[in-house]
Amino acid sequence: MLESRIIDALKEIVGAENVATETQDLLCYSYDATQMEFLPDVVVYPGNTEEISRVLMLANGESIPVFPRGAGSGFSGGSLAKGGGISLVTTRLNRILRIDQENLLAEVEPGVVTEHFQLEVEKLGLFYPPDPASLKFSTLGGNVSENAGGPRAVKYGVTRDFVMGLEVVLPTGEIIRTGGETYKGVVGYDLTRLLVGSEGTLGVVTKIIFKLLPYPEAKKTMLTTFDSIDGAARAVSTIIGNKIIPTTLEFMDYATLQCVDRRFNLGLPVEARAVLLIEVDGDRELIEKQAAKIHEVIKPLGLVEFKVAKDAAESEALWKVRRLVSPSLRDVNPDKYNEDIVVPRSKVPDVIRRIEQIQKKYDIPIVNFGHAGDGNIHVNIMIDKAVPGMEEKAHEAIAEVFRAALDLGGTMSGEHGVGLSKQPFIPLELSPTQIATMQAIKKALDPNNILNPGKMFPVG
Amino acid sequence: MDPLKHVEKELKKCVKCGACRAHCPAFAAWQREPAAARGKVALAQHLMKQDITLDDQTYLAMSKCLLCGSCVEKCPNEVPTDEIVIAAREALAQRRGLTTFHKAVGRVIRNRKLMNFGAFAAAILGPLFFRKVPATSGLRLRFPLPFVGGKRHIPQLAKKPFLNRHPEVIPGEPGKPRIVFFVGCMTNFVYTEVGEAALALFRHLGCTVIIPKDQQCCGLPGMSGGDLATVRELAEKNLAALEKYEADYIMTACATCGGALHKFYPLVVGKRNPELMARLKAIAEKTVDAAQLLQQLGLHPAETGAGEKLTITYHDPCHLRTRGITRQPRELLQGAPGVELTEMEGADKCCGLGGTFNVYHYDTSLKINAGKSEAILKTGAEAVVTGCPGCMMQLSDGLKQAGARTKVMHTLEILARKLH
Repeated sequence: MLESRIIDALKEIVGAENVATETQDLLCYSYDATQMEFLPDVVVYPGNTEEISRVLMLANGESIPVFPRGAGSGFSGGSLAKGGGISLVTTRLNRILRIDQENLLAEVEPGVVTEHFQLEVEKLGLFYPPDPASLKFSTLGGNVSENAGGPRAVKYGVTRDFVMGLEVVLPTGEIIRTGGETYKGVVGYDLTRLLVGSEGTLGVVTKIIFKLLPYPEAKKTMLTTFDSIDGAARAVSTIIGNKIIPTTLEFMDYATLQCVDRRFNLGLPVEARAVLLIEVDGDRELIEKQAAKIHEVIKPLGLVEFKVAKDAAESEALWKVRRLVSPSLRDVNPDKYNEDIVVPRSKVPDVIRRIEQIQKKYDIPIVNFGHAGDGNIHVNIMIDKAVPGMEEKAHEAIAEVFRAALDLGGTMSGEHGVGLSKQPFIPLELSPTQIATMQAIKKALDPNNILNPGKMFPVG
Repeated sequence: MDPLKHVEKELKKCVKCGACRAHCPAFAAWQREPAAARGKVALAQHLMKQDITLDDQTYLAMSKCLLCGSCVEKCPNEVPTDEIVIAAREALAQRRGLTTFHKAVGRVIRNRKLMNFGAFAAAILGPLFFRKVPATSGLRLRFPLPFVGGKRHIPQLAKKPFLNRHPEVIPGEPGKPRIVFFVGCMTNFVYTEVGEAALALFRHLGCTVIIPKDQQCCGLPGMSGGDLATVRELAEKNLAALEKYEADYIMTACATCGGALHKFYPLVVGKRNPELMARLKAIAEKTVDAAQLLQQLGLHPAETGAGEKLTITYHDPCHLRTRGITRQPRELLQGAPGVELTEMEGADKCCGLGGTFNVYHYDTSLKINAGKSEAILKTGAEAVVTGCPGCMMQLSDGLKQAGARTKVMHTLEILARKLH
């Protein structure tokens, strides 16, 4: 519990109507998409950079933990107030400050919802490609802090690749700008890159300058079905090996297809064992050629069906298969651990085989789908927490999945981040020296360890 | 029994992904998590675990739901937040008693005679605003009830309720469908022209139209306040009234009444009163929206809807949209000669009426509605058309407040232009 003088001071900074202390309010800011719950002592909704700066100065002086939060849709517990403190909600900072058509950039506040930003730039014929699954509700501040990815990362990259500059409030309350409005710039350390994906542990992002692209002229969606998981996995590297970089290359394994089919009756061929959803975009003539070439090169890999969308409505129908995955999964088991390992894309077939072995060994259903084009597989370990011992078994299986990804030259998380959920596994991937280096940076910027403490690094 | 027990299984489905934040109109207005569907579900989960109580704060959070079903439609895990909120409100009502307003609502909707005396307007419509009369007119009446703000006005009531105007059975051609018309309060007391249009259209198709005199309010205003005893009473009376005639279809021209009969009767009333379930389901299966049925029966709007040139835009009532009825009314309207449809931005967004929501949150309801008015005006249409008299009332209010002269019409009024 925070002393009432602290609450009063917070009210003085942001206004009484922007400070919430009722239990019901706190409960509604205690969770994210991990389903973990930690109650903050107070929820604060600042309205601008200066207010955030003053909140952090107060918190730093009083050694009160501060947990930056956007939409609370993260998959790692990164925004949760473990141990209590201030939940700092940035959704009131929700303006698109400018869209610069000559320099192809935009400056936004962190509380802008990703899709809202995309739609605004698209009105001007511009394109902001990062498309995390949560884009309709997640905030750009959250995307930057977690370095969010998405299906289009295969061709366009992740959030990091679009951040040109930031305004950030440091844990001690000082306001700095990093990067800027030019693509080139080599003066000093690249603090922008350091801050993107730092999970709110190094600073609170208050303004973001994003790079934009011209909106592609056209796109083409293809749903391709294979008679083996290996065929689908090999198709990924074959397509790219043939010098075609699709916008997306989404993969669904047999378990995933069965889940969706049971509920929504997809009418897939009986031989179907894996599906790749492929999209190419760009110049109208070019994508026609690319689609034909893709068909040609994947045909020998056990292709059993090749569907091409003729228009936007048909494209939407093909995407529907992918979108139906989430609601279908819970028919397997009520609870799930959603991991997001990455391997070099040529190793996708190997990692899938390793996961199959792990599934057999632990006798737990594992459903795999995701962004095969960049080697990012969503590994869903489906369990029923009510069954004694299943949760423990799942934890062991997860550790093995991570080891498999690391053995193959990958990483344990491509998009979701460490936060709380991957904390115990960090030593599998990072060496003590790597961790110590990161901790030294953390200590330099946040000497009193008040900003999102207890996250990312191993505990104890 | 704790009403939340009825939704115990449903409560577990929510994984707090946050997808509802993109679709919940209450969240869009307040921008705070307790107003989002996810927040309300989280609080209901904690109510169930009994680590919060049914105090004012819980009450406040649960009051911030329009029961529009937008979140239910878009939820990746199919969490029925509308059903959960109804159960939570029921629990609140049981533990704390109904509010003065909801007591009045219950008293009035249970009693048709009271309603006929204009109490309907006073108790329900009064607080639900209504500004049919222009601000400059001295005819605007203020209504002195404790829960009615100083600026709210009584609507213009029809001189004679729809149900008193027609015989119970209006025979059609032999071999043509027999249709029972569930009229609903708004059509009966305020927008009688909607009822007349429905009647004209189905008679034009040769249908026998039956208007049971003893039909009651559908009960949704009571459900919205957690007064499930009243809803059960009304549902039973309506069952009796609707079962009395062998009908091929039960037709509604009000999205909300249709939603009640089609969805909420089995889902909420049936769950609490299993002995009624089979009958409720039978009624639900026969219930169809007027526009949907007209299309199904092959109405030619080219014949019935022809008229002067009229530019329109269409608003999707939540309780049609969530039942998948979005295409049919548009197709019919576009088939009416003279009618030119321009889509507004966010046609599928809730207008903010939300049953009794706007009694407690009038300012927020206005705010949601203002966005709607703006979208309507941007199209430049002469009329906004919709399939729900509740939405009509709300849209009229919003447009009047924006100083616009845009007409508000029901789909059926357009389709029956030539039949008058």
